[in-house]
Amino acid sequence: MSVALQEPGLVEAPRPARRRAVWQVVRRRPSAAIGLTVLVTIILVALLAPLIAPYGLHDEVGPVFGHPSWSHPLGLDDGGIDMVTLLMWGARISLVVGFAATLVSMLVGGAVGVLAGYFGRWVDVVLMRITDYFIAIPDVPLMIVVAAIWGPSLFHIVMVIGLLLWTSTARVIRAQVKSVRERVYVQRARSIGAGHLRIIFRHVLPQIAPLLIANTVLTIAVAIFDETALSFLGLGDPSRISLGKVIQNAFQRTAVSSGAWWAIVPPGALVAILILSCSLIGQALEDALNPRLRVAHLGARRFRLRPLVGRGSEAV
Amino acid sequence: MRGADYVIKRTGFAVVTVLVAVTLNFLLFRLAPGSAVSNLSRVPHATQETRLALKRQFGLDKSKPEQYVIYLRELVHGNLGISFQNSQPVWKNLKSDLANTIPMVLLGTVFSIVLGTLTGVIAAWRRGTAVEHATVTTALAFYSMPTHWLALMLVILFAGWFPSGGMVNDFLIDPTWFQHIKDVLYHMTLPALTLALVLYGQYTLIVRSAMLETLGEDYILTARAKGLRPWTIVRRHALRNALLPISTLIALSLGYIVAGAILIETVFSWPGIGRGVYEAVIARDYPMLQGAFLVLTLSVVFFNLVADLIYFKLDPRITS
Repeated sequence: MSVALQEPGLVEAPRPARRRAVWQVVRRRPSAAIGLTVLVTIILVALLAPLIAPYGLHDEVGPVFGHPSWSHPLGLDDGGIDMVTLLMWGARISLVVGFAATLVSMLVGGAVGVLAGYFGRWVDVVLMRITDYFIAIPDVPLMIVVAAIWGPSLFHIVMVIGLLLWTSTARVIRAQVKSVRERVYVQRARSIGAGHLRIIFRHVLPQIAPLLIANTVLTIAVAIFDETALSFLGLGDPSRISLGKVIQNAFQRTAVSSGAWWAIVPPGALVAILILSCSLIGQALEDALNPRLRVAHLGARRFRLRPLVGRGSEAV
Repeated sequence: MRGADYVIKRTGFAVVTVLVAVTLNFLLFRLAPGSAVSNLSRVPHATQETRLALKRQFGLDKSKPEQYVIYLRELVHGNLGISFQNSQPVWKNLKSDLANTIPMVLLGTVFSIVLGTLTGVIAAWRRGTAVEHATVTTALAFYSMPTHWLALMLVILFAGWFPSGGMVNDFLIDPTWFQHIKDVLYHMTLPALTLALVLYGQYTLIVRSAMLETLGEDYILTARAKGLRPWTIVRRHALRNALLPISTLIALSLGYIVAGAILIETVFSWPGIGRGVYEAVIARDYPMLQGAFLVLTLSVVFFNLVADLIYFKLDPRITS
């Protein structure tokens, strides 16, 4: 049972304890640690792209679809540009889209979830009804339609993805806020005369923070995937090279039939690795935060009974 | 809640969702930036008279609410407009596209549900063992791959064995009925396999976590205490109850299937509705795009409703 989910009134210093809880998940689960390491490495390389990229992003350094060699470990693309350089710069744009779109979706989803869960009654009904409609309408076709109408630009891509991805966040947050709202310390704060804003920001939000983090990381993965898909359909910003754009270029300019696997395998693999590491972190966090997954009465290794703390109405 | 109440409520929700989607479809395309005439009719430097004539022809001189009513009326009569690309009614294009998409998507989906359920159950049952780690890692890997990229990887791997594009062999002269089916299935292999692999990853993870939740329930402990064999517990007690969340989540993944179909059909030049969307985007064929979006939304809403009704059959608690 992690400290974060216990009755917080009993915890002396809730803030460091919560931070430690998230940190412990990462430390205890090798998959989360691997995911975090890989993600941080890719972010660092992408950030340092202008300094460490071996060639210029627009420099034609060899023949079209030049083979991999010592000076170009991943070969050249359809314009004779070094693939390693392209991947570094592409990861940069893909990450920017992933993080920015997630920020938008967290702001919308978090606000909807907190408002619906905290105020309940008609606010809850109205907001959740809207969320239901958004869930029922398939994301990607709607993104395609909106992106096609708005026209291709980085800002539009970020907004399109961000404004359509918030539904799952809103639902998860709402469920959590609903349970936190009923806890004794929140009612105590209310009876002392704390306002709604203070209660939400000081007492409710810190409690749901770990879950929000898990959800954020998973949303980043989806946002990066969506950017790749939109770019592939020709809806990406034509002036920016993202990983999705690199894949699209290779596909459009017949890398497959030219046998230039190096132009198409690495960018997709890099996207897969990015999504995989985000999923590993997010899932480990969710697993650790969901007490229902901790009790298995039918373990394959050995049958054992574990304490059933934290189940019941408080459970996630 | 009574059974009938549940059915009415779910059906009502589906109907309202369709209305929301239809309205959204109207608003998105009417409130598009730029003049509707220059967008819709693609006449950038038309004279004033031409513009007015076009406006009248497309009914754009009327007020927005009036246009909305006209739009709804035409929609009910099955008029989705005329495609810019081939000047055919959009509905006619969509009908033939759908007929090509459905078998491919169905094949991939059914295959992945069967396989995903199997591996998901095994992963949950064998929790903490190497079997679970291997299964989950494989599933996560497939889940992480961009759909279109996985499709391209299969093309690279299986080039020569299976066709990498199209739906029929154009050089087949006067094929018999049986030859035609065989040819289509042969072309369908790679697209359906791509969809199956992508969904397989997702379904394994869904089934695994649903099973883990049920395995934590007290009645599993009771069954265990009664001395039932593990496999019996998994089959009769755990999986039966886990089917409820699984069916909901599979229904929710329909949007994912639609997205997958668009990307896969683009890679394999499969003449379905996904490819229709792609071509409409490239050609900025707004009526076609609008129609395809509507059809995709309607099918997702419809199958969600079906899933809700199945859920109702599966879960006796809803009626009590």
